[in-house]
Order: sequence, then C-alpha cells, then structure tokens
Amino acid sequence: MRLPDDTALTEAGLAPSARGRVLLIACGALAHEVLAIKRSGGWNHLDLQCLPANLHLWPDRIPAAVEKAVGDAKGYEKVFVLYADCGTGGQLQEKCKELGVEMLEGPHCYSFFEGNDRFARIAEGEITAFYLTDFLTRQFDAFVWRPMGFDRHPELIPMMFGNYTKLVYQAQTDDPALDAKARDAAERLGLAYERRFTGYGDLAVAIDRIGGS
Amino acid sequence: MADEDDIILSELNDEELVLQMHDDLYDGLKEEIEEGVQILLERGWTPYDVLTKALVAGMTIVGADFRDGILFVPEVLLAANAMKAGMAILKPLLAETGAPRMGKMVIGTVKGDIHDIGKNLVGMMMEGAGFEVIDLGINNAVEKYIEALETEKPDILGMSALLTTTMPYMKVVIDTLKEKGMREDYIVLVGGAPLNEEFGKAIGADAYCRDAAVAVETAKAMVARKHNQL
Repeated sequence: MRLPDDTALTEAGLAPSARGRVLLIACGALAHEVLAIKRSGGWNHLDLQCLPANLHLWPDRIPAAVEKAVGDAKGYEKVFVLYADCGTGGQLQEKCKELGVEMLEGPHCYSFFEGNDRFARIAEGEITAFYLTDFLTRQFDAFVWRPMGFDRHPELIPMMFGNYTKLVYQAQTDDPALDAKARDAAERLGLAYERRFTGYGDLAVAIDRIGGS
Repeated sequence: MADEDDIILSELNDEELVLQMHDDLYDGLKEEIEEGVQILLERGWTPYDVLTKALVAGMTIVGADFRDGILFVPEVLLAANAMKAGMAILKPLLAETGAPRMGKMVIGTVKGDIHDIGKNLVGMMMEGAGFEVIDLGINNAVEKYIEALETEKPDILGMSALLTTTMPYMKVVIDTLKEKGMREDYIVLVGGAPLNEEFGKAIGADAYCRDAAVAVETAKAMVARKHNQL
C-alpha cells in the first residue's frame, strides 16, 4: 500500500483498500507505524483506513468520525479502532462499546508508544514534558506552530508553553533528521530536549494480537 | 505619520469608541485598548463602567465566537492579553472607587495538570464580573485547595483540567470536602476541554462550565441563590 504524504494524512486521511478481512480504523498520525507493524508481522489480511490526523485539534469530533467509519465498513469480519482516548474524555470508549468494536488502551499515543504501564509510572514525574512522536515531529509546524499562532504571534509562546520545561521526542524509528527536527522544535519553544527511543510500544502488541487472532 | 484610514480614538464619541474598543479587543490590539481605557476615564467614565461596557462586553463577544468555532485559541489569547492590559489600568482605580462585589472564588488547575489557559481566562472574566479571584496556579493537590478554602473562605471553588488523566482528581477534591463536612459550604464549578456536564454531575460538582462566559453566568446565578437562602 502506498501512503499519501503527511499533509494528506493530516487533512484527509486514507481510504481503505477494500482488501483484507479485518479493518483497522486508525488516526492518520499512525499510518506509517501501522503499516510498518503490518509488514513486519506479515498481516496481509489487515486493511487500513485512516481518519484525518487533524481531528485531534477538535477531539470532540473523533467519536462521530469513528462512528461513521465503522458504519461505512462493509464486508469485513471484524473492525478494530486504533485510537486511544485521545482527549475525548471517555466518549470514544463509550461510542466503541455501543458499536461493539474494540479500541486501543491508554489515554493517548504518547502513552501507548511508551508502553501504557511504563507511561503511567513516569507520567507523574513528567507533568511539565511536552511530547512529540515521529509523525508530530514531521508535522510540528502544521500541528503546533501554525495552529497555535506562533508564526504570527511569537509572544503567545510563553502563554501556552510557559509551564512546560522539556520536550520529549518519543522516537518510533532511528532517524537523525527527525532527531534534529525535534531538537529544533524544542529550541523554538524554549524547552530542554530529550530523545527517547520507544519503538512502536503497545501499538505493535495490539496489532500483532489482532493479526494473529 | 498616521494613514488616512487610521482611526483616531480620541475623535470618536463615547458610543463609537466603545464599539471600536470591542473591535480592537477582538483583534487583540493591546495598545489601542490601553488608549481607549484612558480616553474613557479622562471623559469621566467610572472605572466600573469602562470595565463592564468596554472590556467585559467586548470579551463576551470573543467568547461567543470562540464557542461557535469562529475564533481559535490564539485569537482568544491575544484578546485576553489586550483585556488584561486594560484591566491593569482599571484595577487600582476600582479598588479606590469601589465596585459591586459579587463574591469570592478560589481557582486552580488540579494535581498533575499544568495547562492554565482556560483557568486564566475564567479568572480574568470572573474579576471583570466583580468577583474577587484567588488564583492557586497550576498542579494543586487536595491539601492546597483545602488550605485555601479555610484561609480565604470563598463562595466558589473552581477546578480546571485539560487532560483526561488528571480530570478524575476533581473527584478526589470533592470527596475530601465531603469527608471533612465542608462540601456544602462552597459552590464547586469545574471546567476544561475534556469535561462535560455528565462528568460534572458524576463527580458531585455543582456545575460544569464549558467556557469562561458560562462560568461567570453560572457563578452569578449560584451565588445569588446561595445568598437568598441565607
């Protein structure tokens, strides 16, 4: 499967290929990672559909978008939702329960990439950390810099980031260019920088479980 | 040199100036707001009238457009910055001239949560509406809330959270108030992006407030009801 570029994944998502018995409905921010896990597991029966990643700018719209995608999914034996709670305050979980589909565990992708158990243990000591993943590092300007107005009004940076102390780049892959980009993002926000390799964490565990079942 | 199209604030009559200040607040023009406030004061307006008719009324429009998805967080913050600059001029004058006191509120984000944009907006709008606001800042443990309630004796406790992982802590605070027999002494208002009315009810808050304008209206109504009961 050829992936559209990150801008398309952010704004439009990805249509399913209609090949495969099981449909994964994922956030566009996870497309690269889901396909990498699928390839390495040889899970050819899994099809992937992505909703626009920029839904995260309006988390209250995620449950309805997922509901529509599940309703539109025809001809699959099973549908699995690759979203965590993602700021929906439990509403996505309720919606998935109502629709009879499973979803990922955890509060957000920072947690499941790190591993939900480990993230829960370290979260309390890291409340002033701002996280980026591979996708968010590539899309930093589209997801953070421009929507927050920092390109036009840099004086807003301390108002929005004044309570943060460090930027943690949770690296899914070893890519020196992304490392440099994440470091640059930290500098622009006036934060200390830390790179932490996480790999795919609990996302791989979940997809391998679905693929193997 | 001023462009031909530039508006000279001092040349506008009171009504035009107030409307222009609403526009300037909407556009986040801090210096224009400071100038407008000074002009109205020089024309003999009371600080309270400048606050309510020019600043609060203007910020209410900003709040409504934010709620309706016309404005976004950066624009609201710029507007808030402009309002804050105007309030900085008015605050000492309000203290001198006296203004209606609506009540007192203790407010802070809950333990584990450092996101204070919403809390700051609520605090500012509550002050604009005549409430005394004691701001506990960010990352407040239950002990900090209790201590502030005992010291400050407010009418209202406001708690804010942005994260789904931290919002359950509001229940910890409310449960502690119940255990200590203090719950009925305060109006408890909660807010934050991932919350909803159902959550507010489930944890035992008096109300969930979806934005700063709703927080002000709810606070006014509940404080008035509370005083009527006394």
